[in-house]
Amino acid sequence: MNITLKVWRQKGPNKVGAMETHKMTEVSGDMSFLEMMDVLNGNLIREGKEPFAFDHDCREGICGSCSMFINGEAHGPGRNVTTCQLHMRSFKDGETIHVEPWRSAAFPVIKDLSVDRSSFDRIIQSGGYVSVNTSGATIDANAIPIPKHDADEAFDSATCIGCGACVATCKNSSAMLFVAAKVSQLSLLPQGKPESKERVVRMVDQMDLEGFGNCTNTGACEVECPKGISITNIARMNREFLSSNLTSK
Amino acid sequence: MLDSRIPEGPLAEKWNMHKDNIRLVNPANKRDIDIIVVGTGLAGSSAAASLAEMGYNVKSLCFQDSPRRAHSIAAQGGINASKNYQNDGDSVHRLFYDTVKGGDYRSREANVHRLAEVSGSIIDQCVAQGVPFAREYGGLLDNRSFGGVQVSRTFYAKGQTGQQLLLGAYSALSRQISKGKVEMLNRHEMMEVVKVDGKARGIIARNLVTGEIERHSAHAVVLCTGGYGNAFYLSTNAMGSNASAAWRAHKQGSFFANPCFTQIHPTCIPVSGHYQSKLTLMSESLRNDGRIWVPKSKDDVEAILNGSKLPRDLKEEERDYYLERRYPAFGNLVPRDVASRAAKERCDAGFGVNKTGHAVYLDFASAFVRYGQTEALTKGISNPSDETIVELGREVIKSKYGNLFDMYKQITDDNPYETPMMIYPAVHYTMGGLWVDYNLMTTVPGLFAAGEANFSDHGANRLGASALMQGLADGYFVLPYTIGDYLADDIRTGKISTATVEFDAAEKKVTDELHTLISNNGDTPVDDFHRRLGLIMWEKCGMARNEKHLKEAIAEIQELRKEFHSNVLVPGSENEFNPELEKATRLADFLELGEAMCLDALTRAESCGGHFREESQTPDGEALRDDEKYTFVSAWEYTGSPSEAKLHKEDLVYDNIEVKQRSYK
Repeated sequence: MNITLKVWRQKGPNKVGAMETHKMTEVSGDMSFLEMMDVLNGNLIREGKEPFAFDHDCREGICGSCSMFINGEAHGPGRNVTTCQLHMRSFKDGETIHVEPWRSAAFPVIKDLSVDRSSFDRIIQSGGYVSVNTSGATIDANAIPIPKHDADEAFDSATCIGCGACVATCKNSSAMLFVAAKVSQLSLLPQGKPESKERVVRMVDQMDLEGFGNCTNTGACEVECPKGISITNIARMNREFLSSNLTSK
Repeated sequence: MLDSRIPEGPLAEKWNMHKDNIRLVNPANKRDIDIIVVGTGLAGSSAAASLAEMGYNVKSLCFQDSPRRAHSIAAQGGINASKNYQNDGDSVHRLFYDTVKGGDYRSREANVHRLAEVSGSIIDQCVAQGVPFAREYGGLLDNRSFGGVQVSRTFYAKGQTGQQLLLGAYSALSRQISKGKVEMLNRHEMMEVVKVDGKARGIIARNLVTGEIERHSAHAVVLCTGGYGNAFYLSTNAMGSNASAAWRAHKQGSFFANPCFTQIHPTCIPVSGHYQSKLTLMSESLRNDGRIWVPKSKDDVEAILNGSKLPRDLKEEERDYYLERRYPAFGNLVPRDVASRAAKERCDAGFGVNKTGHAVYLDFASAFVRYGQTEALTKGISNPSDETIVELGREVIKSKYGNLFDMYKQITDDNPYETPMMIYPAVHYTMGGLWVDYNLMTTVPGLFAAGEANFSDHGANRLGASALMQGLADGYFVLPYTIGDYLADDIRTGKISTATVEFDAAEKKVTDELHTLISNNGDTPVDDFHRRLGLIMWEKCGMARNEKHLKEAIAEIQELRKEFHSNVLVPGSENEFNPELEKATRLADFLELGEAMCLDALTRAESCGGHFREESQTPDGEALRDDEKYTFVSAWEYTGSPSEAKLHKEDLVYDNIEVKQRSYK
């Protein structure tokens, strides 16, 4: 099939960007979106032009590197997929496809479609862990039974890949879904309980410091999340946050 | 020259005795010692976090935009540990035995035993960190079985075990970053090892965002940079996975061990077109319930290809379940090398079931029925119809492998609940790597290697769910202790200066190399060369190898390397974010490593594990080892070019295990 691409071109963080148009022919429906971008970049290089920079790595939907805003949607059309798992059969012959980077003040553009998401790392560093040393001198793994339901629910929250689609898709550029997923995972497990009060406050403080917006319950993040993380996590985080503030000593 | 430094004493006591005897660095002195850890996968993150906790000053680098993205994250199936929670007779010895046997008797007994000993602690540690492993209804941890073993010792978190373990290690690392004990450098790539007086004393790194070349000094350098499967271009590795750190260490004096030992994983989604950039694995756990087959007759192959028959139209007796036929004892759960070769054998004989001729079926139809019948009984449904049984069975399969089935459908546009999956082997893991002694130190003093980057534990074939185990064992429980034995000499050294001739020379070498690539004025993009290298490797140094092909491959790679350096086109400049330049430097190294792999394969004229030499097979086509001549580790010393590398042999001694011809029949 033939398609027209309008792709964001931006030389660097403080440069002015613009959309650039490219025609693509003989695109196979079995190509992934990133393989189509590879072909485009190969053509550009052969023509002596600059290829488009974009982040990608595992290409199997789990590393969270890829981050394209396609036709106005984070990771493009389709639910529960990342850009690398989006295939060209999701588009029609002759279609015009707009490709942009994640847009958020807390995710500054590095170049073209590549953005800086280190703010997410700093949020995890502020408290997204259990303070246990790695000596292995802990208790036996089966010493504390965990109800299957809790373990499964913690797992569902833990599947977040940290891609930032929730932020890119939110009109407030809120990172609440990302933060809530980690807060939930650790507060659902007995291992995370002892520091749950301090954790939620520290992580929310860091989130605010990074310049992410607040949540106004539009639910767009849940729709676009490639891992289907539910906004009930945000409700749980709000509950944890309130109770932490009310009961802090 | 090659001293593996395996401790004296009985096998089961070596590790504890070694820990008791090696030198320590006291806490006050650790504060004056710097360590660089390159890579943030399971081995790198866990090592950096553990070393920082112990008090060392750690600098950690990853080329990705966050340490959480390293390719360990993509591991699906699980992690082994000899907990014996299932009471099926598992033990440290049995895990040790299975791993040595699975590796086709080409790994070190002492290293593997240590791995089995610490395996249980890994699970304890991960649970303490909040890793959400799968659990049974009673709240205890669940296990499943993997290929090449007869017990259930694999712990898992649905099909995303690697992700959950890596996030656990990443959280431990993040905690140390927040305390200022680890300085984390995202989007940084190691370009060179810097040696001072023969010891590794730092690295040259490139800031991938600005292109800036940086000097970093340390008392020791630890490489946790993964494997080299991308030498084949198409593999299940991530696009950025590369061998440059290990290869550059090799050129600085670290011996490279068993480069020809590569693992071809039997259950991957087949290649769909020339634009293909990577291959996707379907977890080995699927072989617990899926049955692998091709049609018995070529007429049926033809009928399936022209669309006149569907796979489900073929009756049981018209199907060749070739693994069950050839290996009745292990059936579909034979080790990976055996399953891969068997698929190739059927496809080479003309029984491949897709248009490329390179695909076999992985069929869940009988599992739907088996689980459906049990479900009907437990739910009290009397006289269920066949449709009801299949429907109930599908639900069970969905709960076990739902995300894998979804992924398959997303990629192929086929519904695996309706029609069997199509799979074919693909490059997945590399058992070879930097040669290390028992302390995980390479032949360059002060330069260590952990995880897939070293060669130490898997011999000629790795068993499923053992990569995660080894990465975390090295990083959490081995390296943090053994490195002290080396660093004990450095407590009075003081800060290592980067303003020295050694750093000057290393930096100049890197800047010259980058500048040469950028100003080359060729006309062919990097990927074109990488694809061609991959094709040579796959055709001639892949699942089956022979002398003639290997010699041809060496000549072709040398030719391709010349063409690359004269004709590659790298756009942009070296002083900016330039992904094409990153690819070019990595490919330059693969073009040398590929030759080393072929040379090693040529030298090892026996078959063992994943290394199958057509000249060395049993009458029924199984791999035939030659223990008399080849019970050694090939450790290659770089002497100026890959073809002139010098072979050193570390003899392997088996005192505790009887070396047998592997049989899964």
